[in-house]
Amino acid sequence: MKTAAIPILNIIVFLPLAGAIVSMLIPAAQESRLARPIGLLFAVVEFGFVMYLCVDFPVGQAGFQFVSSHSWIGAFGISWALGVDGISLFLVAVTALLFPVAMFGPSLRTNAREFMAWMLLLEAACMGTFLSLDLFVFFVMFEVTLVPGYFLVARWGGLRRNYAAMKFFIYTFAGSAFLFVAILALVLLVAPRNGGHETFSLITLARYASSLPAADQVLIFCGFAVAFAVKIPLVPFHSWLPDTYTEAPTAGSMILAGILFKLGAYGLLRLGVYVLPRGAADMAPVLLTLAAIGIVYGSLITIMQRDLKRLVAYASIVDVAFIVLGFFAFSSQGVTGGVFEMVNHGLTTGALFFLVGVLWERRGTLRFKDLGGIQKSAPILAAIFLAVVMSAVGLPGLNGFAGEFLVLVGTFITHRWWAVVATSAVVTGVIYMLWAYQRTFHGPVVAGNEAVRDISWREIAAVAPLLAGMVFLGVFPRPFLDRITPSVQVLLGHVAHVAPSAGVPKPGPNAVTYTVPADQNVDRAVRSVSVTRPSSPPGGSGSAAAAAPGPAPEAAAVPAASAASRGVR
Amino acid sequence: MNAAYAIVALPLLGAVVLLFAGRRLRDPVSGWFATVMAVGSFVATVVTYFSLLGRPSDHRTVDKLIFTWIPVANLHVNFGLQLDPLSVLWSLFVTGVGSLITLYSIGYMKGDPSFSRFFFLLNAFVFSMVVLVLADNYLFSFLGWEGVGFCSYGLIGFWFERESAAVAAKKAFVTNRVGDFGFMIALFLMFQHFGSFNYSKVLTPLMGGNATLASATATGLALMLFLGAVAKSAQIPLYMWLVDAMEGPTPVSALIHAATMVTAGVYLVARSAPIIHFSPSAQWVIACIGAATAFLAATVACNQNDIKKVLAYSTISQLGYMFLGEGSGDYTAGIFHTVMHAFFKALLFLSAGAVIHALHDEQNMKRMGALRRYLPITFPAFMIGYLALSAIPPFDGFWSKDTVLAAAWHKSPALWAVGVVTAGLTAYYMSRQVMLVFFGQARWTDHAAERGAAGHAAHGSGQPHEAPFTMTVPLIILSVASCIGWLINAPFGGLDFLNKWLAPIFPASVATPFTVATGTKWIIGLVATAFAFGGLFAGIAAWRRHVDRPALEPAFLARAWYIDDTVAATVSGPLTVMASAFSFVIDARWVDGLVNGVARLAAASGRQLRRIQTGYVRNYALGIGVGAVAILFYVSLRAGS
Repeated sequence: MKTAAIPILNIIVFLPLAGAIVSMLIPAAQESRLARPIGLLFAVVEFGFVMYLCVDFPVGQAGFQFVSSHSWIGAFGISWALGVDGISLFLVAVTALLFPVAMFGPSLRTNAREFMAWMLLLEAACMGTFLSLDLFVFFVMFEVTLVPGYFLVARWGGLRRNYAAMKFFIYTFAGSAFLFVAILALVLLVAPRNGGHETFSLITLARYASSLPAADQVLIFCGFAVAFAVKIPLVPFHSWLPDTYTEAPTAGSMILAGILFKLGAYGLLRLGVYVLPRGAADMAPVLLTLAAIGIVYGSLITIMQRDLKRLVAYASIVDVAFIVLGFFAFSSQGVTGGVFEMVNHGLTTGALFFLVGVLWERRGTLRFKDLGGIQKSAPILAAIFLAVVMSAVGLPGLNGFAGEFLVLVGTFITHRWWAVVATSAVVTGVIYMLWAYQRTFHGPVVAGNEAVRDISWREIAAVAPLLAGMVFLGVFPRPFLDRITPSVQVLLGHVAHVAPSAGVPKPGPNAVTYTVPADQNVDRAVRSVSVTRPSSPPGGSGSAAAAAPGPAPEAAAVPAASAASRGVR
Repeated sequence: MNAAYAIVALPLLGAVVLLFAGRRLRDPVSGWFATVMAVGSFVATVVTYFSLLGRPSDHRTVDKLIFTWIPVANLHVNFGLQLDPLSVLWSLFVTGVGSLITLYSIGYMKGDPSFSRFFFLLNAFVFSMVVLVLADNYLFSFLGWEGVGFCSYGLIGFWFERESAAVAAKKAFVTNRVGDFGFMIALFLMFQHFGSFNYSKVLTPLMGGNATLASATATGLALMLFLGAVAKSAQIPLYMWLVDAMEGPTPVSALIHAATMVTAGVYLVARSAPIIHFSPSAQWVIACIGAATAFLAATVACNQNDIKKVLAYSTISQLGYMFLGEGSGDYTAGIFHTVMHAFFKALLFLSAGAVIHALHDEQNMKRMGALRRYLPITFPAFMIGYLALSAIPPFDGFWSKDTVLAAAWHKSPALWAVGVVTAGLTAYYMSRQVMLVFFGQARWTDHAAERGAAGHAAHGSGQPHEAPFTMTVPLIILSVASCIGWLINAPFGGLDFLNKWLAPIFPASVATPFTVATGTKWIIGLVATAFAFGGLFAGIAAWRRHVDRPALEPAFLARAWYIDDTVAATVSGPLTVMASAFSFVIDARWVDGLVNGVARLAAASGRQLRRIQTGYVRNYALGIGVGAVAILFYVSLRAGS
């Protein structure tokens, strides 16, 4: 495991928090002059630290890196534990990129100080969620995101902002109740297997959860799945999304769509699949089907939207369904594609909402009947918009394609017909995206659009990093894939080990093997049971593991080194 | 061999420069810049061609890695080029015709406010197209495949203020995406079966004859790839977009929608020949779709009044011939016809562009006439293209169509018969076009006033005038090519260079060789030529003195057999209804209604529950008492069990 000279992950979580506090301390008289530069400074420095993290992150290593663990509430086994692996690395990176863009790009009218504070608090909470290795920390951070999310919509949103913010808050909070119960149930059920010690440690829970009775694993997984399906959102839990994304201010939509839903997708992978592979395997057909339905159903709904911002919001439903599809395909390409697609979607949807906001500032309406012919007066805006649209529809050479293709090919090799259904989105996707583009920019100039101001240099500067990212990820995704794949391979190795029914494809004859450090190896507990009791079937059923004489607490359970670093692929 | 990098790099460089600096370069510098880049790419291709030619014929496949694109576990895709006879041949005529048309466009697009955007798209197109043909794996080729689709979208919708152009652009992209659905499914199947997309891993073993492919797999792969080809090359049932694509500027119609991009499907089928070889049923599908499209589009072309739409339907029809040749197992015949078609159809479109240019954007043939006297270069150029397309000896079309029909005869006399009848129709509709445009009365004078004086004022007179040299030079070069281009594959004296050049790509293990007896060849060739001459003279006779002949212009042909209307009614209609239902009923009322219903339920129960909160201590005490009894009761039950 790699360690850093500085406590890099703690800095990444606490720096925006500090920024939020500093923003609030700015004197009211200086607000209009200082609030945005100071807030932005924190976000940019944060981005610098994250870039350092990305560069320092070792290629070809699967486990959590830069782990920082401190006991926090010892009595309940809660610790402040952070770590980053290939799956979370680029989510952190895209978060660090999108926040400064969202804080810099859209124009800001009122309460800059408070706005910056909420944004930075949100950034800190997002970072905390992605980096936490402790379910308590995860839950707290996950819930904290709701508060700034609520206020961003309710204070700076559109006409129906209060309805939208309330709906968003209550709906996701109701989902969180399932998450809370599922986490508590998991901790309490695992405690006896961990020597009677409650622990919220992600790794320890993942290690012992696979020895729980299968029914328990499925039930707890369902709790996670419901909570995250609301957050993602997966059809049919999506109805808060169009209202919220449409009513949110531009920066809010960018962050909500670009980052927040990924907390759900990430949680589904990290808490759902990693901790409870058997539950995930049993429920995979359900989630795959929901994802496939979401893709077809979401596409059809999106086509019919009459408002550009609402259309972009609905399009997000289709994109996130792709991510879930990839995850539950349980193939290296599918899961890697899903993770990659999370990064893509942050860039593409962030840019789309930003450009929609640019149009909104000029026209004051986003209804298609009021748009039309804008390319005439704003050709550069039109060109940039088209580039982002092409990324969204998956034109090869831009980022969208690599993610979408990997998801689909990865799904095809394990679940052929789901992939075929999902591939229909390559047709429906261009229908809604190009039709939207046509109705906005093409055709005769509609009254009111004769003199739409073209995109300004400041706005170009804001969107340029996102465009650069789209091209870079589309042309040269290798540095990203090389860092994501090992973690995905190990995750799938764990799934294959615990839940053979998941149907993880067998690695090829000359596949590369990745290992994780001994203290992160979660297949060890089951392995050690089968070592001590050779008569029990390999892999150990739940009851066999439960009957094993007093599984030692984590620290004492280090077996021989050969067994420790179980290589997968 | 390193010149191969320049084939790809120069148009890319041109596109990038024009994207960022085009607005500064303006008219005509960006046009010349784009032309230089395209010509440079052509020169690099010629250099590559000669260095391949210098190798022994079985060592003419060279792979050039650029860098790794997508590596995930056992999936590994490179950006890499494969130089072999097939890819270099395609690259030659793509960059060659592309250079000429870029040059031509400098004159044609003069004064357009978006001059640089046009040349950006042209260079981007040439780049995408050479990537499509030079890629060493299907996925990289798919990048070019989608890239040309994007450029086509941008160029069809180039005059975006016109609603019809904007709609046509979207339609082209969406239709092509239907094909891409097939292409992508084929890619997935390929990965599952071969674990790779590289030609060297997928195709080479099959070509060597050591490996074999299950018929079901081969059929699935072949038909899914062919679905992609059907959309890209505008075959039944996905051809309508190409007609609508005539909304784009005429050089675009010549380059993309006649000579090069639409032949990408022909390339894909030729490239995938080793797979198709294992599926006789797929071969039949390809041949039949090709023949049916050739015939259907030719019937419709007989009855169009727009000068470009005649040529568009003609392109669809000729693409059908190419697939007929390929499906009949003679890939070289299909490719020969592709190259010849690129010459004479580009010539026809560019000449038509010169006509349109001369008449200030008039496209209706019924408002033309007698133009032979005013366009001294365009007229003979168009005539050469006309005779070549009509398959009149000794022009290009005669030779290539002859080889296609010979292959079709070998496959099935029925397919051959369709091809021969279509040849007659082809000559007929081209005669009609030539008569309406260049002969008869000058009808454009009547309509000059209603077209507005703006165009005329710019040119100073109402007389049609010949185009500038940037437009006529490409016409002359293409005219020469349409006369003597067939010499690359002359069927006598051992001059069949193309057959020999492509032989390593289509060995006996890929395309079972066949011979048609010389006597039979003569007979079927003579019959086809007789049909061509018959159609030619019939067209001249029917349209020499007439402009409107309702008896020869039935409505069902003008409406293209009502196919587009039927598709609109059976696909678009129900899809829209379903999407509306999903959107405004199911999603808004049911899914969201349920959520808000739950919220209302919670609020309502809150209002009801509030009544319990009376504030009287005695009521609460009663509640506590009842609760305590209930808990005690429950605990005692549990303890007892």
